[in-house]
Amino acid sequence: MKKNKEKRNLISIEILGLLLGLIWIAPFYLMIVNAFKSKRDIFSGVLGFPEQLVFENFVEAFIDLEFLKSLFNSVMITGLSIAIIILFSSMAGYALARNKSKLSGIIFFIFVAAMLIPFQSVMIPLVSIFGQADMLNAGGLIFMYLGFGCSLSIFLYHGAMTGISKSMDEAAIIDGANRFQTFWYIIFPLLKPISVTVAILNVIWIWNDYLLPSLVLSESNATIPLKMFYFFGQYTKQWHLALAGLTIAILPVIIGYFFAQKQIINGVSEGAVK
Amino acid sequence: MQNRSLSFWLFLTPVILGLGIVVVIPFLYGLFYSFTDWNGITANAFIGFENYIKLFQESEFMNSIWFTVKFAVVTVILLNIMGLGLALLVTRNIKSSNLLRTVFFMPNLIGGLILGFIWQFIFISVFGDIAGLTGIEGLNGWLSTTNTGFWGLVILTAWQMAGYIMIIYIAYLENIPKELIEAAKIDGASSFQRFKNITFPLVAPAFTVSMFLTLSMAFKIYDQNLSLTNGGPFNSTQMVAMEIVRTAFSDNQMAYAQAKAVIFFLIVAVIALTQVYYNKKREVEM
Repeated sequence: MKKNKEKRNLISIEILGLLLGLIWIAPFYLMIVNAFKSKRDIFSGVLGFPEQLVFENFVEAFIDLEFLKSLFNSVMITGLSIAIIILFSSMAGYALARNKSKLSGIIFFIFVAAMLIPFQSVMIPLVSIFGQADMLNAGGLIFMYLGFGCSLSIFLYHGAMTGISKSMDEAAIIDGANRFQTFWYIIFPLLKPISVTVAILNVIWIWNDYLLPSLVLSESNATIPLKMFYFFGQYTKQWHLALAGLTIAILPVIIGYFFAQKQIINGVSEGAVK
Repeated sequence: MQNRSLSFWLFLTPVILGLGIVVVIPFLYGLFYSFTDWNGITANAFIGFENYIKLFQESEFMNSIWFTVKFAVVTVILLNIMGLGLALLVTRNIKSSNLLRTVFFMPNLIGGLILGFIWQFIFISVFGDIAGLTGIEGLNGWLSTTNTGFWGLVILTAWQMAGYIMIIYIAYLENIPKELIEAAKIDGASSFQRFKNITFPLVAPAFTVSMFLTLSMAFKIYDQNLSLTNGGPFNSTQMVAMEIVRTAFSDNQMAYAQAKAVIFFLIVAVIALTQVYYNKKREVEM
């Protein structure tokens, strides 16, 4: 009797969950369905299915978004930023964890404390300084991402270092390796799990960032969010094109999520709870 | 590695340069320039607290702070209820548990800018059509008034971030020893009693974590604000972050905008430091 009741309970919870899940993805569903409609079709109603599937919306949006170019810009900027954040933050986390002096503690504290500063509080002088140095370009942007991203990353690497015994270093040094070789061949491979977390947290942020690129990049090397902003401004009230563009813009994220959902959710969980 | 060792400093050089040039120096520059008449390139005069006195008298800035505070309070409450609710749901022994986690978390991966555009369509076109079909007047004209703009932003943010808060609660829920729940079951505790006396106290630390996390996220929101309402109608749904960007890059009042940015920093820092204080206190109690 009791078992049956519990089972029925679970089934109703399952149904409730699935209904909620449907509500959750409804905005995406409505976006995709209407992206396939003609302008007239959308005007007569957005709740039904398309009268006929209009693929031209996607072709036009794809061309106007200069999608391959924007995708390339996004991939390059995100990829290079992540690479230098991982390399330099892990080096710093290692050095700070292996030096137990007071000075090392102070430096670590400064990096952690810098996380308190919101972007808007440094944005104006930052753009001014980089503008005067003629560095408002992709290279400057990547360097800025290192500056903004290194604090949390160093914090995570520093924490992970406590699990790696000092005898690893000593053995390598006795074998004749220098500090960098020790780090690169012995320590860095051991930090791989935390590197995955650092990469995921930074990719989510940098890939989607709009404000900083909008202040730094010109339209000709715009990333996907930046290009999307210009594109949307052009097609206000032409929902069939705007929605097709939005669908294209989120496609890379959905594909990435599909292949790495477990790592992403674990990474976010680790980053948030610490 | 010792303080004197060259390799210690070589390992730190790239990040010290990065943080120094990108965050520390601009921050200190900004602090200094907020007391001048800086125009983004040169500063001619030191004007003391003039910018700060002016910003407290500017109704648009004070409105944006007030709007942000209201938004933050409502969003924080809603997000924590939803996050905990979703976490309790997906940690039950149901078949679709993993699928649902994936679905609820998905909006987090997509940028606020793009999500804001999608919801503009939902609020304007979809709500409008539903109003036409059902005759519910309240669904018409969303985002065209301050009130619907406010709730639009709340709904968008709650939908986007609930999955993230859910993940935090899941981490705490899955740490509760199963034996504890089983033992209570055997002793005849109802599921509500089990929640109230076991789950809830053990998940309580997650409240502090996610409350402050959501509070500071809500305060710093910009992208969603820009793409969903663009501050309209008549700048009435403009939040602090957006107000600062506009003052700087649309009105070109750099020093004045920087003074607002300093106030913004103080608000965000107080929130974060309160959290640190609470965390420390809790650790002591445990």
